Amino acid sequence: MIWVAALLVAMMLVAAVTVLLVRNHIAAVAAASLVSLLLSVLFALLGAPDVAMTEAAVGAGLSSVILALALRRLGLGRVKDA
Amino acid sequence: MMPIEIGAVLYVGAIGLVVIGIAGIVLSHHLFRIILALVIAEAGANLLLVLSGFRWDAIAPIITGGGATQTMVDPVPQAMVLTSIVIGVGVQALALSLTLRAYGAYKTLDIRELQRRMSADLAGEAGTPLPQSLEEPVGGRPLPAAEGDGR
Repeated sequence: MIWVAALLVAMMLVAAVTVLLVRNHIAAVAAASLVSLLLSVLFALLGAPDVAMTEAAVGAGLSSVILALALRRLGLGRVKDA
Repeated sequence: MMPIEIGAVLYVGAIGLVVIGIAGIVLSHHLFRIILALVIAEAGANLLLVLSGFRWDAIAPIITGGGATQTMVDPVPQAMVLTSIVIGVGVQALALSLTLRAYGAYKTLDIRELQRRMSADLAGEAGTPLPQSLEEPVGGRPLPAAEGDGR
Protein backbone atom coordinates (compact mmCIF):
# COMPACT_ATOMS: atom_id res chain seq x y z
CA MET A 1 0.00 0.00 0.00
CA ILE A 2 2.82 2.38 0.74
CA TRP A 3 4.28 1.91 -2.72
CA VAL A 4 0.91 2.59 -4.32
CA ALA A 5 0.55 5.74 -2.22
CA ALA A 6 4.09 6.87 -2.99
CA LEU A 7 3.55 6.31 -6.72
CA LEU A 8 0.31 8.28 -6.65
CA VAL A 9 1.91 11.13 -4.70
CA ALA A 10 4.87 11.26 -7.08
CA MET A 11 2.62 11.35 -10.15
CA MET A 12 0.49 14.03 -8.51
CA LEU A 13 3.46 16.27 -7.78
CA VAL A 14 4.84 15.81 -11.30
CA ALA A 15 1.45 16.72 -12.78
CA ALA A 16 1.25 19.78 -10.51
CA VAL A 17 4.67 20.99 -11.67
CA THR A 18 3.61 20.31 -15.27
CA VAL A 19 0.63 22.62 -14.83
CA LEU A 20 2.95 25.49 -14.04
CA LEU A 21 5.62 24.76 -16.63
CA VAL A 22 3.81 23.65 -19.79
CA ARG A 23 3.17 26.42 -22.31
CA ASN A 24 -0.01 25.11 -23.90
CA HIS A 25 -3.06 26.10 -21.87
CA ILE A 26 -5.15 23.05 -22.80
CA ALA A 27 -2.33 20.81 -21.62
CA ALA A 28 -2.23 22.78 -18.36
CA VAL A 29 -5.96 22.20 -17.83
CA ALA A 30 -5.50 18.49 -18.58
CA ALA A 31 -2.66 18.28 -16.05
CA ALA A 32 -4.79 20.02 -13.39
CA SER A 33 -7.55 17.51 -14.09
CA LEU A 34 -5.01 14.70 -13.73
CA VAL A 35 -4.01 16.05 -10.31
CA SER A 36 -7.66 15.93 -9.20
CA LEU A 37 -8.11 12.42 -10.59
CA LEU A 38 -5.02 11.04 -8.82
CA LEU A 39 -6.14 12.81 -5.66
CA SER A 40 -9.49 11.04 -5.83
CA VAL A 41 -7.74 7.67 -6.12
CA LEU A 42 -5.67 8.63 -3.08
CA PHE A 43 -8.83 9.57 -1.17
CA ALA A 44 -10.33 6.17 -1.94
CA LEU A 45 -7.12 4.60 -0.65
CA LEU A 46 -7.33 6.67 2.55
CA GLY A 47 -10.75 5.32 3.49
CA ALA A 48 -12.80 8.23 2.24
CA PRO A 49 -14.89 6.84 -0.63
CA ASP A 50 -17.47 9.63 -0.48
CA VAL A 51 -14.81 12.31 -0.78
CA ALA A 52 -13.23 10.33 -3.62
CA MET A 53 -16.53 10.24 -5.51
CA THR A 54 -17.08 13.96 -5.07
CA GLU A 55 -13.51 14.82 -6.03
CA ALA A 56 -13.72 12.72 -9.19
CA ALA A 57 -17.10 14.13 -10.23
CA VAL A 58 -16.72 17.76 -9.19
CA GLY A 59 -12.98 18.35 -8.95
CA ALA A 60 -11.92 16.44 -12.04
CA GLY A 61 -15.11 16.59 -14.11
CA LEU A 62 -17.02 19.82 -13.57
CA SER A 63 -13.92 21.88 -12.82
CA SER A 64 -12.22 20.84 -16.08
CA VAL A 65 -15.38 21.61 -18.05
CA ILE A 66 -15.57 25.10 -16.51
CA LEU A 67 -11.88 25.71 -17.20
CA ALA A 68 -12.14 24.50 -20.80
CA LEU A 69 -15.20 26.65 -21.49
CA ALA A 70 -13.47 29.70 -20.04
CA LEU A 71 -10.39 28.90 -22.12
CA ARG A 72 -12.51 28.83 -25.28
CA ARG A 73 -14.08 32.18 -24.49
CA LEU A 74 -10.66 33.65 -23.77
CA GLY A 75 -9.51 32.54 -27.21
CA LEU A 76 -6.69 30.42 -25.81
CA GLY A 77 -8.26 27.08 -26.70
CA ARG A 78 -6.07 26.29 -29.68
CA VAL A 79 -4.25 22.99 -29.47
CA LYS A 80 -1.30 24.12 -31.61
CA ASP A 81 -0.51 27.08 -29.39
CA ALA A 82 3.26 26.99 -29.18
CA MET B 1 7.52 1.52 11.05
CA MET B 2 4.84 1.21 8.40
CA PRO B 3 2.40 3.87 9.68
CA ILE B 4 5.11 6.49 10.08
CA GLU B 5 6.38 5.95 6.58
CA ILE B 6 3.05 6.09 4.80
CA GLY B 7 2.01 9.11 6.83
CA ALA B 8 5.23 10.89 5.93
CA VAL B 9 4.77 10.14 2.23
CA LEU B 10 1.22 11.44 2.23
CA TYR B 11 2.09 14.56 4.19
CA VAL B 12 4.93 15.27 1.77
CA GLY B 13 2.43 14.99 -1.07
CA ALA B 14 -0.12 17.29 0.54
CA ILE B 15 2.35 19.96 1.61
CA GLY B 16 4.12 19.68 -1.74
CA LEU B 17 0.87 20.39 -3.56
CA VAL B 18 0.20 23.43 -1.38
CA VAL B 19 3.75 24.72 -1.92
CA ILE B 20 3.58 24.21 -5.69
CA GLY B 21 0.23 25.97 -5.80
CA ILE B 22 1.39 28.96 -3.78
CA ALA B 23 4.59 29.20 -5.82
CA GLY B 24 2.49 29.24 -8.98
CA ILE B 25 0.22 31.95 -7.60
CA VAL B 26 3.18 34.12 -6.65
CA LEU B 27 5.39 33.53 -9.69
CA SER B 28 2.96 33.37 -12.61
CA HIS B 29 2.29 36.38 -14.81
CA HIS B 30 -0.74 34.94 -16.56
CA LEU B 31 -4.15 35.15 -14.88
CA PHE B 32 -5.35 31.78 -16.14
CA ARG B 33 -2.19 30.08 -14.86
CA ILE B 34 -2.77 31.71 -11.48
CA ILE B 35 -6.26 30.21 -11.30
CA LEU B 36 -4.85 26.76 -12.13
CA ALA B 37 -2.28 27.17 -9.35
CA LEU B 38 -5.10 28.12 -6.97
CA VAL B 39 -6.89 24.86 -7.88
CA ILE B 40 -3.73 22.88 -7.10
CA ALA B 41 -3.19 24.58 -3.73
CA GLU B 42 -6.82 23.85 -2.91
CA ALA B 43 -6.38 20.16 -3.72
CA GLY B 44 -3.37 20.01 -1.43
CA ALA B 45 -5.29 21.64 1.41
CA ASN B 46 -8.10 19.10 0.99
CA LEU B 47 -5.64 16.22 1.14
CA LEU B 48 -4.09 17.73 4.28
CA LEU B 49 -7.53 17.90 5.94
CA VAL B 50 -8.38 14.30 5.08
CA LEU B 51 -4.98 13.20 6.40
CA SER B 52 -5.78 14.78 9.77
CA GLY B 53 -8.37 12.07 10.40
CA PHE B 54 -6.46 9.22 8.79
CA ARG B 55 -5.37 6.04 10.59
CA TRP B 56 -3.48 3.49 8.62
CA ASP B 57 -5.15 0.50 10.32
CA ALA B 58 -8.71 1.79 10.01
CA ILE B 59 -11.50 1.07 7.53
CA ALA B 60 -13.83 3.45 5.72
CA PRO B 61 -16.43 4.99 8.06
CA ILE B 62 -19.44 3.06 6.73
CA ILE B 63 -21.60 1.06 9.15
CA THR B 64 -23.10 -2.01 7.50
CA GLY B 65 -25.58 -3.65 9.91
CA GLY B 66 -24.62 -4.76 13.41
CA GLY B 67 -22.82 -1.52 14.27
CA ALA B 68 -19.16 -0.66 14.12
CA THR B 69 -16.88 -3.61 14.75
CA GLN B 70 -13.54 -2.23 13.55
CA THR B 71 -11.66 1.00 13.98
CA MET B 72 -12.79 3.59 11.48
CA VAL B 73 -11.13 6.71 10.15
CA ASP B 74 -12.54 9.99 11.44
CA PRO B 75 -15.52 10.94 9.25
CA VAL B 76 -15.79 14.56 10.44
CA PRO B 77 -12.86 15.98 8.37
CA GLN B 78 -14.18 14.02 5.40
CA ALA B 79 -17.54 15.76 5.65
CA MET B 80 -15.79 19.11 5.87
CA VAL B 81 -13.63 18.28 2.84
CA LEU B 82 -16.75 17.30 0.92
CA THR B 83 -18.03 20.83 1.46
CA SER B 84 -14.63 22.32 0.71
CA ILE B 85 -14.39 20.64 -2.70
CA VAL B 86 -17.71 22.08 -3.84
CA ILE B 87 -16.89 25.54 -2.48
CA GLY B 88 -13.54 25.32 -4.27
CA VAL B 89 -15.25 24.83 -7.62
CA GLY B 90 -17.49 27.80 -6.82
CA VAL B 91 -14.50 29.99 -6.06
CA GLN B 92 -12.85 28.82 -9.26
CA ALA B 93 -15.92 29.68 -11.34
CA LEU B 94 -16.06 33.14 -9.74
CA ALA B 95 -12.37 33.74 -10.46
CA LEU B 96 -12.83 32.62 -14.07
CA SER B 97 -15.79 34.93 -14.59
CA LEU B 98 -13.78 37.86 -13.20
CA THR B 99 -10.93 36.90 -15.54
CA LEU B 100 -13.33 36.89 -18.48
CA ARG B 101 -14.57 40.36 -17.58
CA ALA B 102 -11.00 41.66 -17.22
CA TYR B 103 -10.10 40.17 -20.60
CA GLY B 104 -13.18 41.71 -22.17
CA ALA B 105 -12.25 45.13 -20.82
CA TYR B 106 -8.49 45.16 -21.39
CA LYS B 107 -7.81 42.38 -23.96
CA THR B 108 -4.84 41.07 -22.00
CA LEU B 109 -4.25 38.54 -19.26
CA ASP B 110 -0.73 39.50 -18.22
CA ILE B 111 -1.06 40.79 -14.68
CA ARG B 112 1.59 43.52 -15.04
CA GLU B 113 -0.03 44.92 -18.14
CA LEU B 114 -3.46 44.65 -16.50
CA GLN B 115 -2.25 46.44 -13.41
CA ARG B 116 -0.69 49.25 -15.44
CA ARG B 117 -3.80 49.81 -17.53
CA MET B 118 -6.15 49.59 -14.56
CA SER B 119 -4.19 52.13 -12.53
CA ALA B 120 -4.01 54.37 -15.60
CA ASP B 121 -7.79 54.10 -15.97
CA LEU B 122 -8.35 54.85 -12.30
CA ALA B 123 -6.03 57.85 -12.39
CA GLY B 124 -7.71 59.10 -15.55
CA GLU B 125 -11.18 58.81 -14.00
CA ALA B 126 -10.13 60.51 -10.79
CA GLY B 127 -8.07 63.20 -12.52
CA THR B 128 -4.99 62.45 -10.42
CA PRO B 129 -1.43 61.83 -11.60
CA LEU B 130 -0.36 58.27 -12.17
CA PRO B 131 0.83 56.62 -8.98
CA GLN B 132 4.54 55.90 -9.09
CA SER B 133 7.11 54.92 -6.55
CA LEU B 134 9.31 57.56 -5.00
CA GLU B 135 12.45 55.64 -5.85
CA GLU B 136 11.57 55.42 -9.54
CA PRO B 137 14.07 57.57 -11.51
CA VAL B 138 12.63 60.36 -13.61
CA GLY B 139 13.21 59.97 -17.31
CA GLY B 140 13.75 56.97 -19.49
CA ARG B 141 15.87 54.00 -18.83
CA PRO B 142 18.88 53.79 -19.39
CA LEU B 143 19.44 57.00 -17.53
CA PRO B 144 21.06 59.86 -19.47
CA ALA B 145 24.72 60.15 -18.56
CA ALA B 146 25.45 63.07 -16.26
CA GLU B 147 27.70 65.95 -17.39
CA GLY B 148 31.36 65.14 -16.96
CA ASP B 149 30.60 61.61 -15.95
CA GLY B 150 33.33 60.26 -18.16
CA ARG B 151 31.15 57.52 -19.66
